[in-house]
Amino acid sequence: MGKTLFDKIWDSHLVTQVGDDTQVLYIDRHFIHEVTSPQAFAGLEQRGIPVFRTQQTIATADHNVPTRNQHLPIQEELSRFQVDKLTENCGKFGVELYGLGHEYQGIVHVIGPELGITQPGMTIVCGDSHTSTHGAFGCIAFGIGTSQVEQTLATQCVLQRKPKRMRINVDGELQAGVTAKDIILYIISKLTASGGTGHFVEYAGSAIRSLSMEGRMTICNMSIEMGARGGMIAPDQTTVDYIRGRKFAPKGAAFEAAAAQWATLYSDEDAVFDQEHHFRAEDIEPMVTFGTNPGMGIGISQQVPEANGNTTFRKSLQYMGLQEGQLMKGQKINHVFIGSCTNSRIEDLRAVAAFVAGRKKAPHVQVMVVPGSKQVEKQAVEEGLDRVFREAGFDFREPGCSACLGMNEDKVPAGEYCVSTSNRNFEGRQGPGARTILASPLMAAATAIYGELVDVREALRTQAN
Amino acid sequence: MEPFKQLNSTAVPLPIEEVDTDQIIPARFLKATTREGFGDNLFRDWRYHSDGSPKEGFVLNSPVYKGQILVAGSNFGCGSSREHAAWALYDYGFRAVVSSFFADIFRGNALNNGLLPVQVSPGFLDEVLQAIEQDPAAEFRIDLEQQQFIIVGTGAAASFEIDAYKKHCLLNGLDDIDYLLSIRDKIEDFERKRQAALPTAH
Ligand code: SF4
Repeated sequence: MGKTLFDKIWDSHLVTQVGDDTQVLYIDRHFIHEVTSPQAFAGLEQRGIPVFRTQQTIATADHNVPTRNQHLPIQEELSRFQVDKLTENCGKFGVELYGLGHEYQGIVHVIGPELGITQPGMTIVCGDSHTSTHGAFGCIAFGIGTSQVEQTLATQCVLQRKPKRMRINVDGELQAGVTAKDIILYIISKLTASGGTGHFVEYAGSAIRSLSMEGRMTICNMSIEMGARGGMIAPDQTTVDYIRGRKFAPKGAAFEAAAAQWATLYSDEDAVFDQEHHFRAEDIEPMVTFGTNPGMGIGISQQVPEANGNTTFRKSLQYMGLQEGQLMKGQKINHVFIGSCTNSRIEDLRAVAAFVAGRKKAPHVQVMVVPGSKQVEKQAVEEGLDRVFREAGFDFREPGCSACLGMNEDKVPAGEYCVSTSNRNFEGRQGPGARTILASPLMAAATAIYGELVDVREALRTQAN
Repeated sequence: MEPFKQLNSTAVPLPIEEVDTDQIIPARFLKATTREGFGDNLFRDWRYHSDGSPKEGFVLNSPVYKGQILVAGSNFGCGSSREHAAWALYDYGFRAVVSSFFADIFRGNALNNGLLPVQVSPGFLDEVLQAIEQDPAAEFRIDLEQQQFIIVGTGAAASFEIDAYKKHCLLNGLDDIDYLLSIRDKIEDFERKRQAALPTAH
């Protein structure tokens, strides 16, 4: 019987078996950030042991950083302390740090790929659930807790139960105005926020193949939002072209040899999956969420479903201030957040800029655009996107997680609606009481201009005429 | 880590589904650099008003419900991988969470911190919630060795799954890291073999 892509990579990283179902998995790359690492470093210190493989460990500061005046000391004391602690720990243990002010600083899942650190066939972990993003390159990448961060620092291994395999096929062609973000929000709305639990997902099919690396990262990023451990896409020419020439990618003959090996990374034709799902790209509309988990999403032309006696569902609608049966289209919005590891890459910013060029935001909307990294920021400026944003009345900030998680200064006020390109619409995720509606960068751009939820397909048609 | 063998306790009901780790401990309280003290902010925004006064309707503020067992709806612990969620529950005093379904990462984090995730069928979960509703002082027993969750009053019992290795760790208070450090030779051996097989030196 053939092997799945997942099995090929997993099996080649298997160090040993512990008992019946726990395995020791070797980790090629370990990303760390300021929030989930301090207790892990403290653990090493207590045991008096070093970081086992400093060369395979890369750190950045992203969750807790301000997105303004990054050249100044962080004002909020606890945040500053945590970021300083990371600098101190990296110095002490010899870990490379792309901290605030560094030209490579940025959201951990944006910088790994753009620097060419993320490569096909690798195992990658980080103390952050959206580590699944890196799976877009054909890696096994997943989020871990701080105890496992400590294990990885100490031994370059984690103890893990082997997940089951799921394949999700999306075939066909997307409508104009429908993007990678809509694909994944659609999939999660169909499979629910727990539909992927216990599984590792491979995304396949012609609609997935036709996506850029940025789009593929958006898809894999949100695998965790259906409860899956991670998501992956087999590497192809798009993958190879993206990696070639990046800072830490192999060079010359070594690159060609690596690319030849990457070409062996796919699921064999007769490989068997524990679950398989099929979707048609044509069925997907621009998506929005209406509730407080990412599975509560609908197409923009549809109505909010009935609760049918489900109290958790009703509680969720109450929090959102929305009614059963209402249309999301036309919902007035006060805040737009364009950023996060789901949608803050250069392609996302280009899509937004192309839509808003020469136009102005609706007066009552506040719009924040937060690039995913210093490099994205630099490129956006080089391409003049920052000017487009400023002329539209958007606030173009410095890189970080920003309003994705309500940990730093960027928050949405209680009770107000925010259309966000991030990945989680949990209660209070963007600040206590904040009401998050997840959508694509294109839908976010349209919301900024019209001041309410619109069907971006119609907006694009109007624009074209 | 403290060993976990048996637990006899009353339980606290939280019959809500999809309790995500952002609710268990909101991100703005993740700025500490040690593992202690997170219990104060457990379920912060469900538990307190923005001025810090307790919200009356929330179960942790109720004088009626107490205990070391939290009983919650399905897909408990979904969302962010923050281990702080497990630390907060433990720090508050919980030693076990009972649900009909746990998110993967949370389950692992809990087990790594001596907090036992007990997964029971949706039907049995309802029985447990009913038992608490009828009598908030209802006792429950968790026997890890036998992998049993027992409603003491009725004697109704459900068995639960746990990975044999993790069970051994919990019963003996062992950390994964102790084990991994003990097989360092094997890991280095693996590195040498794999290096030789790769086309490029990564
Ligand atoms: S951008 Fe949001 S989801 Fe992504 S790593 Fe940062 S906080 Fe997590």
